Formats: sequence, C-alpha cells, structure tokens
Amino acid sequence: MAIIIVDYGAGNIRNVMKAIEYTGLDAKVSQNPIEIAEADGVVVPGVGAFASAMTKLRERGLVEPIQQFSKTGKPLLGVCLGMQLLFDSSTEFGETTGLGLIPGQVVELPKQKNYKVPQMGWNKNKVSQVNPITRTINDKYTYFVHSYYALTDPKYIAATVNYGKIDVPSVVINNNVIGAQFHPEKSGQDGLKIWQNFKEMVESV
Amino acid sequence: MTLAKRIVPALDIKNGKVVKGVNFINLREVGDPVESAKAYQASGADEIVFLDITATLEERDTIMSVVDAVSKEVFIPLTVGGGIRTTEDMSRLIKAGADKVFVNSEAVKNPDLITSGAKIFGSQAIVGAIDAKWDNTAGIYRVYVAGGSKPTALDAVEWASELVSRGVGELLVTSMDADGTKKGYDIQLYSQLAEAVDVPIVASGGAGAIKDFTELFEQTNIDAALAASVFHFGEIKIPDLKKVLKSEGAEIRI
Repeated sequence: MAIIIVDYGAGNIRNVMKAIEYTGLDAKVSQNPIEIAEADGVVVPGVGAFASAMTKLRERGLVEPIQQFSKTGKPLLGVCLGMQLLFDSSTEFGETTGLGLIPGQVVELPKQKNYKVPQMGWNKNKVSQVNPITRTINDKYTYFVHSYYALTDPKYIAATVNYGKIDVPSVVINNNVIGAQFHPEKSGQDGLKIWQNFKEMVESV
Repeated sequence: MTLAKRIVPALDIKNGKVVKGVNFINLREVGDPVESAKAYQASGADEIVFLDITATLEERDTIMSVVDAVSKEVFIPLTVGGGIRTTEDMSRLIKAGADKVFVNSEAVKNPDLITSGAKIFGSQAIVGAIDAKWDNTAGIYRVYVAGGSKPTALDAVEWASELVSRGVGELLVTSMDADGTKKGYDIQLYSQLAEAVDVPIVASGGAGAIKDFTELFEQTNIDAALAASVFHFGEIKIPDLKKVLKSEGAEIRI
C-alpha cells in the first residue's frame, strides 16, 4: 500500500508526514506524476494562500496528475488549504481556479463580532453524513487555522463546525474525494484517528 | 458557539532539557522535553509553549532538535520562542515542526522582524510576546525586555496594537506583577488588552488555583491561559481544571 503526500512546497508537509508516520501508514512525499498515478491513496496538504498553492501545483505539473488520480476511485484527501484546493475556485486575491474535484467556491469568512478571522483554535464538529472519515469526529474538537471557507451544496458536506452565523464545512466529500478543513496532524488523538480512518479507506479499496 | 478556551502549559528549555522538571506524572526522564510534552498532550493540553533559555549562541541548535523530536510524537499546536532574531531563525523553527513562533525583546528592538515574519510565514505563525508591569506613576502597563530586566518607554496596550498592525496573529502576554505570586491572573491588564486588539490573547502569570482560570475566562474575553509551575508540580491537574471550567459553562475541549 502506497500513500503519496503531494509535494508542492506546502509549509506543513513535514508535520503531516510526522502524523501519518506516527499512525503507522506507509507514506512518501513525492512530486512525481508517475508515483501519484500508481498510489493507493493521495494526500494534498497545505497552509497559506490558495492562489500561490495553485501556481506551485501548476509549475510542478501536478494539477492533471491529481485530477487523473481522483478519477480512479481511490481515496484522495485534502487537508486545510489542500481541502480548499479541491473546489472549483477561490476568491482569495481575486478569482483563482482550483482543482475542480468538488463543486463549490472558497470565500472569505465574514467579519462578525466576537468571531475573529482567522478562525484559529479548537472547534466542535457536527457530523451530517457518517462516512469512513467522519465516523469518529461527531462532537469532537479539532484544530482550525483558516480565513476562508467552502461554499458548497449540502450534499458534499459531511461535517461542520459553528462559527457565529456560519456553519463552516469541516469535512467535505464527493465520492472518493475528501477534504478536511481542520489540521488532523494538529488535532490530538481525534486528529490521529482521521489518518487511521484514511488508512482504512485506502486499504478497503 | 465559539472556539474552545485553551489551556496551555509552558516548558522552559535549556540546552535541550526541560529546566523545571515536570514531575506530575511518572516520566522515564524528568528533564526530557518529549516525555513532558507527551504527558501534557495526554492530560488534555490544547497547545504547548516552549521557551528556549539556552544562554549561548553555539547551543541554539539544541532547540531545533527538541522541536523536531517533540513534533514526531505530539500532535497539538507547538509554539516556540526565545532568542529569535531573524526570519531565518523563524524558518528553522517552523521547518523543525513549530506551528507558531513568538518574539519578545527582539520585536521591540526591530519591529520590522514581525512585519517580515508575518509576510513570509503568515500571521497565524507569528506570536507577539509581551512582558508587562504596572507603572503607577505613569498609569500604564509598561513593556519590559531582556527577560523582564529592562523597562522600555512602551505602553503595553499600545504596543500590543502596534504588533497586531504589523501582522502578529496572536499575543502572549505575561503580567510581571502577577507572575510567580500564584494569586491569579491580572484581570485588569487582560481586560484592557482584549478591548484594544482583535487577535487571540494568551494570558500568562499568576495561576495558583483552578479559580484563577475560571475568573480569567469569566471576567475577560481572553482565549487561552498559560501556566507552568502549577502544572509541572501537579498542583493543578489539567483534566480536573478542564472539568471545572466546563461545568461552569466555559467552552472547553475534553
């Protein structure tokens, strides 16, 4: 079983790798399209800005390999900014096209009294669709750091956290394509379970 | 619903070892930062702060190894500071596994370091640390640097706003008046700060009993409470603390 963490220079890639290794998954950091094509599961990490991440993915020729991989039916997991990249587009620094694997748009969290932007800290998940990833997180706190969130059809939303007037999608899913807005690698035991869940998804395909 | 209030133990690190041994649990090695951090994670800490107090420049690399080793086994946010002078220092710590870095004296000396750091790594990674002491004559909370030994001309509340405008995503503020007294957090200082800025604030100094935490969260809009010795010496156990806070209505991750 080979899990590839897509290397496009994302800042948190080493911490993602450390958590995955701790969970006992056999994972490898790679920017090689052939290794991505042959992987049993792919993880897209990410922190920072949407537009510069898409630019880096394009420069390294990784957009198409990720899109192709998603068509194989094998599990693809995007984490934090990596989750946002799965959508059609983002309004961060003007309109930027994403990977287009889940219909929807990434927009800025609105200013609300007593709700700071970025949302930075632990928030409690409410699961609306139980799936292999969300089955362990209902009512559990996970760690968020983000200023943008996904606007998408409820059918793609598997879990949310409440932030003032907004129900922020915390887990999204479109068949084999899954995204987690929070940082599973920074969410303690409940975060580590997400990697375990992903491992089981990869093994069950 | 709002974000959970964070309980943050802090560890002083010198030459790669924890200075005040954490002895609230049976650790294989009392001074081992990895073992200490793992024990805190298991007890429900929401984040861990490491303050590097290594004296000499040559031994600075030890903190990198500490952060790298801790981040292989501890999966909650890690905030690291002490002796950061350049964005290169920040970069090395972040690459080693720090989620956030905090800058104290050097930010006063060279405020542009904050601006550059926030631009390169994002505001979420840059924490402004302030040591503040009430000055009765001037009627302000005065900023101190060099480990609290040197007063500056800065008003802590104004300095906090300046740091935020330069891009820090969080403030870690120690009340020098309260620190070490175990008589509770400096409610007045944190009320003023929470009014003045809209980034999360971590309060530090004065925790002696569980009621000090409940008072802080009830009376101010503070996001996180840091403590060191009460946790290290087992005077307050984090699971007990969190249980009480939750029962009193605070949003707490248990």
